[in-house]
Amino acid sequence: MSLAKRIIPCLDVANGRVVKGVQFVDIRDAGDPVEVARRYDREGADEITFLDITATHDNRDTMVHVVEQVASEVFIPLTVGGGIKTLEDIRRMLNAGADKVGINSAAVFNPEFVREAAQRFGSQCIVVAIDAKKVSAIGEADRWEIFTHGGRKATGIDAIEWAKKMVEYGAGEILLTSMDRDGTREGFDLLLTRAISEAVTVPVIASGGVGNLDHLAAGVLEGKADAVLAASIFHFAEYTIQEAKEHLAAQGIEMRL
Amino acid sequence: MSSVAVIDYGMGNLHSIAKALQHAAPHVDVHIVSDPELILKADRVVFPGVGAMRDCMQALNETQLAEVIKEVAKSKPLLGICLGMQALLTDSEENGYTKGLNILPGHVVRFSDSLQNAQGNHLKIPHMGWNQVYFSSHPLWDKIQQNSRFYFVHSYYAIPNDATLITATTEYPTAFACALAKENVFAVQFHPEKSQAVGLQLLNNFLHWDGHV
Repeated sequence: MSLAKRIIPCLDVANGRVVKGVQFVDIRDAGDPVEVARRYDREGADEITFLDITATHDNRDTMVHVVEQVASEVFIPLTVGGGIKTLEDIRRMLNAGADKVGINSAAVFNPEFVREAAQRFGSQCIVVAIDAKKVSAIGEADRWEIFTHGGRKATGIDAIEWAKKMVEYGAGEILLTSMDRDGTREGFDLLLTRAISEAVTVPVIASGGVGNLDHLAAGVLEGKADAVLAASIFHFAEYTIQEAKEHLAAQGIEMRL
Repeated sequence: MSSVAVIDYGMGNLHSIAKALQHAAPHVDVHIVSDPELILKADRVVFPGVGAMRDCMQALNETQLAEVIKEVAKSKPLLGICLGMQALLTDSEENGYTKGLNILPGHVVRFSDSLQNAQGNHLKIPHMGWNQVYFSSHPLWDKIQQNSRFYFVHSYYAIPNDATLITATTEYPTAFACALAKENVFAVQFHPEKSQAVGLQLLNNFLHWDGHV
């Protein structure tokens, strides 16, 4: 008997629509984030994360409405990330029904923002998203750096030091994405995940690279992640969340089944 | 039609809890209110809360809602959730030392930073996620399976002076009180509004509870 590891499906949302279109047999509109969230909830998702990849500011209002709708019928924790830059952005998302917000580049450009956000709203709702990439050469000790702009711009900031600093500033959770693995379907960067998870006191969500259910299990067993996040394997209905949970439970991982 | 007041004292998001209450019992009149008179008029009262204890108590004292909650605790079904549970105790270690409402005598303390599970892995704080709840008989656990998982997110937990007030425990890694009950007062550390079907069942039970055990 103990705390369950979490499986978190992630929805990429642009202008109020789920991108990377999917064909689910059991829902009418696979592009509707509310319908997709409902489906994940039914399948037993432990939380749902929405990543707003909307390019323009005006369309962010759409995201607020999506969160409002989902929150009125899906009663599990909801996280919203993407474009969170001000305390007002956070307040709007929390009022719409989000439980947590993910702060990514805004934290890199202005770390004090994380401190202010945690003081105002409480650490429990502040997730700091870290995009990291391996920078050490072969034969060198492993080293990862923080990257911005979707993994294109190096910052020179060491990922482990950054994670510790963000926790000190008030992050209640770390969402860690390996930019080397993101989109590859080769599995999480387990060494990175483990290094960060063992360096900080708060829960770590592993993200980036999941291609099959063994990858999810490895994230927990070898990466020591507290939660695992995936988009495409659930999105394209290759696996249901229920199947994923049963697979992890069969390997001795505590799950909410 | 029966009514439930969700106390608004300017802390955190009350819409989730209001929406969950409405979903759990569509026939109930759900209000988010800060007006003492309306709170005292409601049939049942929910006292939610997220954030830090000091801010919470400061807000309650400034708005005189502290007195209102004490009054409610004497007369009608009251459900404290998360920080709303912790604030019912005598005091908390959070923010140095913060005085609570003393409706449920006892203390609120922080999880130790050096917690380990049986496998020797370091346990994270906050205690965040779905954990099992082991409960003893009370009307609010009706139709809920023993050891069901509820959603938690907290770094502090309550230790009541009177252990008989503990109506449920959760292990992290040792057992702590995750729910307290005293006459018409019920308080939970987890978030029923975020605990899917079991959470909605607990809210439904509360909305049908007459305050007697």
